[in-house]
Amino acid sequence: MLEIKNLHAEVGGKEILKGLSLSIGDGEVHAIMGPNGSGKSTLSYVLSGREGYEVRQGDITYCGESLIGMLPEERAAKGVFLAFQYPLEIPGVSTMNFLRTAYNAQLKARGVEELDAASFLRMVRAKADLLKVSSEMLKRPLNVGFSGGEKKRNEILQMALFEPRLAILDETDSGLDIDALKLVADGVNALRAPDRSMLVITHYQRLLDYIIPDFVHVLSNGRIIKSGGKELALELERDGYESIVSSAA
Amino acid sequence: MVAVQDTVKDVHALDVDKYKYGFVTDIESDMAPKGLNEGIIKFISAKKNEPEWMLELRLQAFDRWKEMEEPTWAKVSYDSIDFQDIHYYAAPKSDADRPESLDDVDPELLKTYEKLGIPLVEQALLAGVKNVAVDAVFDSVSVVTTFKESLAEAGVIFCPISEALQKHPELVKKYLGSVVPMSDNFYATLNSAVFTDGSFVYIPEGVRCPMELSTYFRINEANTGQFERTLIIAEKGSYVSYLEGCTAPMRDENQLHAAVVELIAMEDAEIKYSTVQNWYPGDAEGKGGIYNFVTKRGDCRGANSKISWTQVETGSAVTWKYPSCILRGDNSVGEFYSIAITNNHQQADTGTKMIHLGKNTRSRIISKGISAGQAQSTYRGQVNINRKAAGARNYTQCDSLLIGSKCGAHTVPYIESRNPSAIVEHEATTSKLSEEQLFYCRQRGLSEEEAVALLVNGFCRDVLQQLPMEFAVEAQKLVSISLEGSVG
Ligand SMILES: Nc1ncnc2c1ncn2[C@@H]1O[C@H](COP(=O)(O)OP(=O)(O)O)[C@@H](O)[C@H]1O
Ligand SMILES: [Mg+2]
Repeated sequence: MLEIKNLHAEVGGKEILKGLSLSIGDGEVHAIMGPNGSGKSTLSYVLSGREGYEVRQGDITYCGESLIGMLPEERAAKGVFLAFQYPLEIPGVSTMNFLRTAYNAQLKARGVEELDAASFLRMVRAKADLLKVSSEMLKRPLNVGFSGGEKKRNEILQMALFEPRLAILDETDSGLDIDALKLVADGVNALRAPDRSMLVITHYQRLLDYIIPDFVHVLSNGRIIKSGGKELALELERDGYESIVSSAA
Repeated sequence: MVAVQDTVKDVHALDVDKYKYGFVTDIESDMAPKGLNEGIIKFISAKKNEPEWMLELRLQAFDRWKEMEEPTWAKVSYDSIDFQDIHYYAAPKSDADRPESLDDVDPELLKTYEKLGIPLVEQALLAGVKNVAVDAVFDSVSVVTTFKESLAEAGVIFCPISEALQKHPELVKKYLGSVVPMSDNFYATLNSAVFTDGSFVYIPEGVRCPMELSTYFRINEANTGQFERTLIIAEKGSYVSYLEGCTAPMRDENQLHAAVVELIAMEDAEIKYSTVQNWYPGDAEGKGGIYNFVTKRGDCRGANSKISWTQVETGSAVTWKYPSCILRGDNSVGEFYSIAITNNHQQADTGTKMIHLGKNTRSRIISKGISAGQAQSTYRGQVNINRKAAGARNYTQCDSLLIGSKCGAHTVPYIESRNPSAIVEHEATTSKLSEEQLFYCRQRGLSEEEAVALLVNGFCRDVLQQLPMEFAVEAQKLVSISLEGSVG
């Protein structure tokens, strides 16, 4: 469902991704691991279409269609979802209002009729309960004053709501204590489905004890230098990035 | 049915009688010739059949005005106005000049009405289409009837100020100019000389006005002139909420608007005055547009009284406006909530004055300025604490949001405190609409314009919340519409 071929991309005039290739099938969970600054977040932004992240070479095919040049909101409506490493705060806009506005915007883009307020509320409440997101939290302005854990839970709540075909999780584990991590991982695992693929970006293998990936890739200096099964994560944890990077070089 | 006809008649009465004063033979009856002189002022006064003292006041104001100079301290620039090149009196458009149907109305205007969700009949009325009865605009006959009946039952007077000069001259004489003196400033003095109409509201002692004075006004205001004069008096223990303007852009050919609004709140009385101003801002290149030079002031005359100004300013090419409160009564409260949006080449210099005279007086200022395009927006606020205003408190929060890199926002606070027990707090922030926030919203499916609208509405929330419920939703849409095309 996602095919990245020889992707070269730059930010601020600097090439960050330097010939990255990756193929993800329906329902698969892929983990990308790599040292800080290796280009993990850059990949997530290129996939979701952030301005300023320019593709210079290569192609990205998603569900048979090239993503290059497509607006971020068009990708979102087609089922590309990014859980941000640092979720943004939106002062003055309640979380519930934000969710509803975004949800309706996606329905509209797909030509589906909007959901009425009451049914929407019920749906969100049910999904929020699973992630222990309180109704008080849904009333607060989006992410404003949320703890690190609350922000990440809120990201996963949005993933549950939008039901994407491709979910990219950028360091969803960072800043979480073990209980919060389990809660978030349970939320993600509940969303695993045959028609939903996931790209789980992480720096530590800890998250992968809870979200067990089908494949693990090591990203270094803008390229995937090694791929394997879930045991590759353990190997990385044991030997460190250094040894893999140098043995691949 | 009788009541409905009354309403229609009342509304028609706003069209100044066209021929009754035709005896002023040197002047054609529907429009005074361009220019300003004593003859024109006498003509206006005669047209309105005003009492002699009113004409005297007008002429005094005119004498003063001739000695005054146009103020230049505001941070706005525009071609100087030729005050002799303006018609100071024009009867409302005759039917012959009006569009035959909505098909003849500027499609851009209709597009905006549609986005605001304004019903078709009301669109026609706002656009000045021929033969649209006001009562057709209301959902049902009973709305109008109930409205008129309950106001009358409560003893509330709500009418055009020209009518008040006929029916309640003693009230007008007592209060007119008691808050904004005739020679207050250049534009107020001009207004005192030449005002043509506006609203008069009187709430008797102990009465809580049974409805927002807004629904009705939205319809009536189509006829108010460019020199509007409004006077609101809330007697002891009374309450009124008044909404001026309307989210829909009005058909208007006048370039200069210089209104004066005076509010008087007696002991324990409260006045809530909300404005939505959406006049023509000029085109994207900065051509045309209204000059909006307004003097608005409220007098908290009695102890424990309260006056709140809420404004959403999105229109006009140049805005110059400082709704103020004189906190005379002990424990009186003044509030100012403002959203000022400037886009393209618009300029706004707006803010408030809080003059603390009484003990334990409190004021609160929340100002949200949004600039986009090449627009310039200035917050100018003055807080004065008098020597006798022991225990006075002011809190000011002034936030500016910039969209793009060619616009500007400026904050000019003046604070003067002569009482050591007073507490004055001022907070100011300036931020740019962040690309990251926009991207976050777009990743969730919002288009760029929807994302801007959402973020800006969030930024304005504290002020939007102050608007009467039925207008808050429209005002939100208006905020979005005003910023269309500001990014990308
Ligand atoms: N706007 C930018 N301009 C220039 N360089 C950038 C910009 N954003 C990120 N980078 C650089 O790109 C590299 C990869 O960053 P990133 O994708 O955030 O890495 P990771 O998520 O793997 O830690 C880093 O060296 C970073 O400094
Ligand atoms: Mg990162």
